[in-house]
Amino acid sequence: MPAATPVIEVEGLTKNYKTVTAVDGVSFAIRGGQITGLLGGNGAGKTTTISMLLGLLVPSAGSIRIFGEDMLRHRYRVLPRLNFSSPYVDLPHRLTVRENLTVFAKLYGLPQAGPRIIELAADLELGELLDRKSGNLSSGQKTRVALAKAMLNRPELLLLDEPTASLDPDTADWVRSYLERYARETHASILLASHNMSEVERLCADVLMMKAGRIVDRGAPQELVSRYGRGTLEEVFLDIARERRTPQEAAQ
Amino acid sequence: MTAQAVSGFGFGDRLRRIGAILLRHAYLARSSWIRVFDLMYWPLLQMIIWGFINTFLATQSSWVLRAGGLFIGAVLLWDVLVRGQFGMTLSLLEEMWSRNFANLFVAPLRPVEYALALMSLSVVRSLVGVLPAAFIAIPLFAYSIFDLGLPLVAFYAILMMTGWAVGLLMCAMLIRFGLAAESFAWASIFLLAPICGVYYPVTTLPEWLQVIAWALPPTHVFEGMRALVIDGVFRGDLMVSAIAINLVYIAGSLAVFLFAFERARERGQLLQTGE
Repeated sequence: MPAATPVIEVEGLTKNYKTVTAVDGVSFAIRGGQITGLLGGNGAGKTTTISMLLGLLVPSAGSIRIFGEDMLRHRYRVLPRLNFSSPYVDLPHRLTVRENLTVFAKLYGLPQAGPRIIELAADLELGELLDRKSGNLSSGQKTRVALAKAMLNRPELLLLDEPTASLDPDTADWVRSYLERYARETHASILLASHNMSEVERLCADVLMMKAGRIVDRGAPQELVSRYGRGTLEEVFLDIARERRTPQEAAQ
Repeated sequence: MTAQAVSGFGFGDRLRRIGAILLRHAYLARSSWIRVFDLMYWPLLQMIIWGFINTFLATQSSWVLRAGGLFIGAVLLWDVLVRGQFGMTLSLLEEMWSRNFANLFVAPLRPVEYALALMSLSVVRSLVGVLPAAFIAIPLFAYSIFDLGLPLVAFYAILMMTGWAVGLLMCAMLIRFGLAAESFAWASIFLLAPICGVYYPVTTLPEWLQVIAWALPPTHVFEGMRALVIDGVFRGDLMVSAIAINLVYIAGSLAVFLFAFERARERGQLLQTGE
């Protein structure tokens, strides 16, 4: 059951680089306890938005409130309650999975690192991988380890950038099932940036459509599909990406 | 649901996060003996070369003969400075090479805690690098740097502090310019070698360069070491001034490091720490 209070509140969020506006005055709020999709093509501003939410990137303008806290001023109050995973970030290859998870457990100040790692290893089927070097794992195994790192602190908010990119269909399905289960069992909120329409349709209760740094439309997947008079979310995505139909036209 | 993680501002919380970074590098060293060997290799090689030069010169000059293993002592102390700086930059580079930077700073790790962790790592790396060379010099050249006694602790501390100051500047540059600045991060410390009188008295330098030399804390250490070895005098005044200069440099370098970190957050360089 989604909570009424927004977990994330973003107002006028903008990121300018020298001559490029990567995110252009984005405003949105995300309710707690649901999975929200951030959908858009390459360069739409998804990763930039997530980076600003995480505090890795300072916005040029606008405000971010997470759990009611001003993220720009009180980042360190918020960071212990969230976590993230991204294909642009890796864990040290020479360290074993157990060593990597132990280091991050200590960074997050977990009182019982060992039992938590064992618990996650069981959840994410990492038992046999714990003492293998992270660099020797397959893409699917690395994704599961990255998820384990992201779950260490039992985040109330999980920010995932393309969590199933470059995974085979079987592993991707496994990851989606895990995320569904986590959100259902813990009532955590997940913001998921993805190109994968079927993933977003399956997981997300709410979708933010981004294009050229702006949120151009928003709604539940089925709501968007019917509003645009299409059969799938992918067709909606293509309508927006190729400007075959504007959100205003769809609304009429 | 309540988050398990703790983002305390207390001393213990800070120590725990610093400890996590140290643990990460301890695991790395344990998994890669070549990295540990690499720490010892250059100090050992330098000590052997200067040991033989010292042995040869002692047969040619009564001054060198009287000064005992002056050059061996100098090269070992010089390596404390070099390893001190490398210890910081190498630890940062390991995170950049492994694309782990964003993971660290999405965790509740403060930049200043990370800087303190890098400083602690530089102490460990300098000891691992220089101690084997110092011990091997005893049977090989009948020279023990430990004969310098308590002043050695002051020399070591001052050189480590300078290593931190330069290391913080180099880390700032790596955060700001990415791996494109890697070569400079390795080479920069050697700029000090001709100026701070490692192997010759500072009076050898032109007068205008001596002014610059005295602004460098290592100059005070090497002059202090020569005073101790040749004249048997411990120059406490040199040590006090070196510590004072170091404190100013460390404060300045830390400010530059924190500024570079904030600039990197503005430019999105924490997520993409490549070239």
